Amino acid sequence: MKVKSPLEIYRYLPQTNCGECGYDTCMSFAAQIIERTVKPTDCPPLVKEAEKNPKVKKKLEELIEITSPEVKEVIIGKGDKAVKIGGEDVLHRHELTFFNPTALFYDVWDTLDDKEIDERCSKVVEYRKFYVGEFLTLDGIAVRCTSNDPKRFREVVKRVAGYGKPMILVSLNPECMRAALEEVAEERPLIYAATEDNWREFLELALEFKVPVVVRSKDLNKLKSLAVTFKEAGVEDIVLDPVTEPVGEGLKGTFERVIQLRRTAILGEDKDVAYPIMITPIAAWALEADEVSKAYWETVIASIFIVKYGDVMILHCLEPYAIMPIVTLRYNIYTDPRTPVQVEPGLREINNPSPDDPVFITTNFALTYYTVESDLTSGNIKGWLLVLDTEGLGVEVSVAGGQFTAAKVKDLIKETKIEEKVNHRYLIIPGLAARLQGAIEDETGWKVLVGPMDSGRIKGWLEQHWPPKEK
Amino acid sequence: MAEKFTLEEFFNLLKKYNVEELEGVRIEGDLEIEIEPGAAVDPNTINALLALTQYVNLIQEFGKFLYHANMALTYLQRLSQAFGIQLPVAAPQPQVPEVKPTVEVPKIKIPEKLKEAKFEPYKVEYPGKIEEVTLGATRAEGGTREVTITVGGERSLAFYTFDAEMPHLPVIAIDVFDRRPMLAKAVREHYEDVLDDPAEWARKAVREFGADLVTLHLISTDPLLDDRPASEAAKTVEEVLQAVKVPLIIGGSGNKEKDPEVLEKAAEVAEGERVMLASATLDMDWERIGNAAKKYGHVVLSWTQMDINNQKTLNRYLLKRVGLPRDSLIMDPTTAALGYGLDYAFTNMERIRISGLRGDQDLNFPISSGTTNAWGAREAWMKDSPIEEDTPWGPRELRGPIWEIVTGLTLALAGVDIFMMMHPGAVAVLKEIINTLAGKIAEKADENAWLTMEG
Repeated sequence: MKVKSPLEIYRYLPQTNCGECGYDTCMSFAAQIIERTVKPTDCPPLVKEAEKNPKVKKKLEELIEITSPEVKEVIIGKGDKAVKIGGEDVLHRHELTFFNPTALFYDVWDTLDDKEIDERCSKVVEYRKFYVGEFLTLDGIAVRCTSNDPKRFREVVKRVAGYGKPMILVSLNPECMRAALEEVAEERPLIYAATEDNWREFLELALEFKVPVVVRSKDLNKLKSLAVTFKEAGVEDIVLDPVTEPVGEGLKGTFERVIQLRRTAILGEDKDVAYPIMITPIAAWALEADEVSKAYWETVIASIFIVKYGDVMILHCLEPYAIMPIVTLRYNIYTDPRTPVQVEPGLREINNPSPDDPVFITTNFALTYYTVESDLTSGNIKGWLLVLDTEGLGVEVSVAGGQFTAAKVKDLIKETKIEEKVNHRYLIIPGLAARLQGAIEDETGWKVLVGPMDSGRIKGWLEQHWPPKEK
Repeated sequence: MAEKFTLEEFFNLLKKYNVEELEGVRIEGDLEIEIEPGAAVDPNTINALLALTQYVNLIQEFGKFLYHANMALTYLQRLSQAFGIQLPVAAPQPQVPEVKPTVEVPKIKIPEKLKEAKFEPYKVEYPGKIEEVTLGATRAEGGTREVTITVGGERSLAFYTFDAEMPHLPVIAIDVFDRRPMLAKAVREHYEDVLDDPAEWARKAVREFGADLVTLHLISTDPLLDDRPASEAAKTVEEVLQAVKVPLIIGGSGNKEKDPEVLEKAAEVAEGERVMLASATLDMDWERIGNAAKKYGHVVLSWTQMDINNQKTLNRYLLKRVGLPRDSLIMDPTTAALGYGLDYAFTNMERIRISGLRGDQDLNFPISSGTTNAWGAREAWMKDSPIEEDTPWGPRELRGPIWEIVTGLTLALAGVDIFMMMHPGAVAVLKEIINTLAGKIAEKADENAWLTMEG
C-alpha cells in the first residue's frame, strides 16, 4: 500500500459521511482501508458515481492502485474454504504486520491406491492443534501426477476435490493438467507449473480455465519473463516459484532468490515480480537420508521460508512432530504485532465452581490464559481462575519483569471480590511464579500453594494437594 | 507429403490446387486446431485469419480436402485449439449436426515467444556495522585457550551475503550446570553420565557434541537451592577452564542479589581468559558486573526482557557509566520458545539488529540467545497433548529437538550470533543450517525429483 494515513485516502472519498459503507464517517472508512478490513469498492456512492462519471471512475481506479497491497493477493479455492496468499506490504513484520499466513498444502500422488489417498487426505483435513483459543489447521492438498496418465490424474483429482479443501495440481505435462482442469477447474485450483518448456500450453490452460498459475524458474530473468508474458496475455493470478533447491549451496541460492524477489517487489517497486512466492519443502525428500532426517530437513526449509516470504508451500511429511513446529511458527510470525496477544484480566468461573473449589491465578498473556483455561475445562476441573493483568506477558517473563507482583495479586483479589465467593483462603499460583509465594502470603493474608510448572499437570497435582491437608 | 504443415504451406497448397471454395463437404465432430510451440506461424497471420469467418469455413472445407488427401485430421484439430475456437464457428451450417448455437469470439492469444525481461535486484546497504567481539584468549593473549571465538562484524542482515560478506558465522555454546538441573528427558539422556561433574560435562559437550564454547551456569549458588558460596563456585570455574580449551561463558543462578558477587569471583579466577559474564540486568547491580569485566578483561552479557528501549538503556549504562570497551559487550534481548512468545523475541531481535545496522551506537552489538528455553514449551517435552481434540502429538523424543531447532533457526534469521543450546541433535542440525545459509556446504540434490517421486 502506497499510503500510510487515512487522510491520504479521505480526499478520494465522497466526504458526505452517508454511512452506506457501514461506518459513521468517511474518515473512519478511510481508516478501515488502511487496516485492510474494507476495500475502496465497499463505498457504494463512489462505485455508483464511477459508473456514470469517467472522472470519478479514474479517481476510484487511482484509489484502488494506491491502496492495493505491494504484493498481489491470489486466491486458491473457492467459497469460505478459499485461501488467500500474498497481499503483503512490508519486509519486516514490525513495520506493519504480515497479512496472509503461508498456506500449507500437503501432497498426495496419483499412483497411490484410492484407500491410501483417502488416508492422506483425511489426515490433512482432520489435523488440528489447539493454540491460543483456536485450532491450527492445514490449508489444502497438492495432487501430484506421478502416473503421467491424464485419465488417472483426472480421477484422483476428482476424488481429492471431494474433501473440499483448496488444491494445487502438480504436473508439468499439459495434457495431464488439462484432464484435471476439465474435472475441477470450478474449484479454482492453483496449477503447478509453467516452465520454459511448457509455458505456452500452461498459459492457454490458465486463460481457458481461469485458474491461478505458478510460473517456475531458477533464473530470475526467466521467471520475470514468464510472469510478464502471462500478465500481458491476461493472467492476473500468478505465483512465482524460484525453485526450492533442498540442500547446500542450492538452498542458499534459493534463500537469496526469495529475498531478492520480495525485496525488489516491495522496495524496488518492481510490479512484475510482486506476486506470491511458492516454496516446496517437499524437495527435501530427494535427499539420501533416513525418514526422520528428511522430515526434519523439510521442517527446516519450511521454517526458513515461513520467516522469509514463502506465501504458499507444498509439503510431504504428515507426522505431527514435523507439522506442529510449522503451524506454530506460522502462527507466531503472522501474529499481528500491533495488537498484543492478551485477554481481559478478571475472574473466570470454570465448570460452575462451588465455594469450596480451588482458586487459581494466571496471567493475561493469551497463550498462558488459553492454555490454563483449556487444561482446566477439558480436565473437568471446577475452579475459580484469577487472570492478572501482566500487560500480556507470560508467567516467567512477568515474574522476572515485575508485572506479576504480590501487590497486584492483592488488588486483583479485591477487585474480583473472590473472598465473597469462596469459603477458603487458598490461592494456587503457577510453578513458574514459585518465588512469589512468600510475598503474596504476606501481602494478601491468603495461604499460597505452588502449583505445577505446567498447567497440563494441574489435574494430577490436585489429586495430591486438594483439598489442602492443613486447615 | 509432409505430416506437419505450417499455415503458410497450407495456403500454398490451396493455391497449388487452385482451390477457392469447396462445396458439399462437411466435417463431423468438433474440429479443433492447436499450434504447438515453435510452429512457424506469424501471429499476424493468425489474427487476420481469425478476424475473417470465411477463412474458418475455408479451413473446415480444407480439412475435408486434406482428409481425402490422406492427411491426419488431428493436425487440423490441434491447430484450431490455438485459435481458441470450437469449430464449426461462424454462420450456422445446416449440414453439421454438432453445431453449437453460440458463436465464440476467439479470446485466447498465446504469444510466440516469452517477453524478454531483466530482473534487477534492489540493493540495500547499511551505514552501520555490528561490533566484533572476541571471546577467549590464547597464551599469547594472556589466557590458556587453544581457540578463540569472534562474533559480530555484520554489515547486512543475517545470511544476506549478497549484500555484504558475513565475517563471522553464528556459534553454538552448550549449557553446563554445576548441579543437576531440571531437564527434559530427551535432553537429560545425553548427559546422564556427566550430570554431577561439570568438567566432564563440558568436555563431553566439546568433544562429542561439537560445542564452539561452553556456558557454565553456577546455579548451585542460588540461596533457594544450595546457597553455595561464590568462592566455592569459582573452583568449578577453574576446573572447567582446565577441562576444555574453548572459550567459556559463565552464568550465575539468576538471583539478583547474589549474582554480582558470584560473577565477580568468577571473573577474578578467570582473569585473562576473556570469558563472558552472564549476565548484567537492569534490576541488579550491573555496575559491579561491568566493573569486574573491565578489571579482568572479560565480556559482559547485557540481558533485558524483550524491550528495545531497556536494551539501549542498559547498554548505555555499561558503556558510559562503567566505561566497558565497545568490543566487550554482547546483548541477550531474551529468547521465548516457539509458540511461547517467539514472535516477540524474533521481532525484538530483528529490530535491534536493523537499528544497529542503521547506525544506532547503543544497539550495534552481537546478540546471544538462550535457545535452550525452547525446552520449556510443553510441545517439546510433554508425553502427549492434554487437549482431547488435538491430533496426537507423536513421539516427544522427535518433537523436542525440532522445537529447539526451529526456535534457534528463527532467531538466527533475526541476527543471533551466539546460541546457548542443549540437545546434541539440535546443535548439529542448527550448525548445518548456519553452514548451509552461509554457503559452506557444497552438497547437492535434485530439485525436481519430488515432482514425480512415488512415496
